Amino acid sequence: MLGYLSGFDNDIFDQFERMRRQMDRLFGDWSGATGIRAMAAGSFPAINVGASPEQVDVYVFAPGIAPDSLDISLQQNLLSISGERKVELPENVQLYRRERFNGSFHRTITLPEDVDPDRVNASYRDGVLHITVQRREEVRPRRIEVS
Amino acid sequence: MSESKEMKTAENREMQARTEPDVFLRPAVDIYEDDKGITLLADLPGVSRDRLDVQVDGNTLAIEGEAAIDTPANMEALYADVGATRFRRSFTLSNELEMDRISAELKDGVLTLHLPKRAELQPRKIEISAG
Repeated sequence: MLGYLSGFDNDIFDQFERMRRQMDRLFGDWSGATGIRAMAAGSFPAINVGASPEQVDVYVFAPGIAPDSLDISLQQNLLSISGERKVELPENVQLYRRERFNGSFHRTITLPEDVDPDRVNASYRDGVLHITVQRREEVRPRRIEVS
Repeated sequence: MSESKEMKTAENREMQARTEPDVFLRPAVDIYEDDKGITLLADLPGVSRDRLDVQVDGNTLAIEGEAAIDTPANMEALYADVGATRFRRSFTLSNELEMDRISAELKDGVLTLHLPKRAELQPRKIEISAG
């Protein structure tokens, strides 16, 4: 059943994986500076950011959250996401594992400087919050014609 | 010309498969037990019902899911906490659980599994009939 991919392109995740390995290597072998707002690996929610010439896409992996309880704001190119996930387990049960994040969270991400805070879109599906921000036109790469 | 391009792509994919083995993410779970049975909750963000596979093979419960997110065709990765799309985790079950009556719900990327105990092993109320 999992052999099909129905058109979903896995190349972008190969890129993510390569990037992650690179970052792991960097963090492991190098005591240089990390992003001042960067959080430890394994923080909830996990976030991926991708960019194309027209827009920046932010994916926030936050399953089991009511989307209207999220507080999302974009100031210039600083994206902040706050929310809370309350995991309520019944009382009088024997608890074997409790790994899922329970509590409030806040993450701030620095996006490329040419994002336009007036053109933001956010949607939530299957536990992933997808935020799209358009980039300002004048900074897009221009094609140079050779006469 | 298109044939050579196809061959090249297949070659690239094969090379990729050799150098980058399948990476699976281990979903976070909450597991608890009460009189009726065991309940398992798993975080599977990005996984929809058609990409979720829950199987019981003998005494092993296996959960596998594939996350799918919308990505524009020309997107490049800038930052990634999550480096893989596939989730996998297995558990060994015990005999007092009734495998045939395992139920599953998936909502907003959270999988809830109910694994009931066999009826005869649950605390039973004994009805007293009028004599």
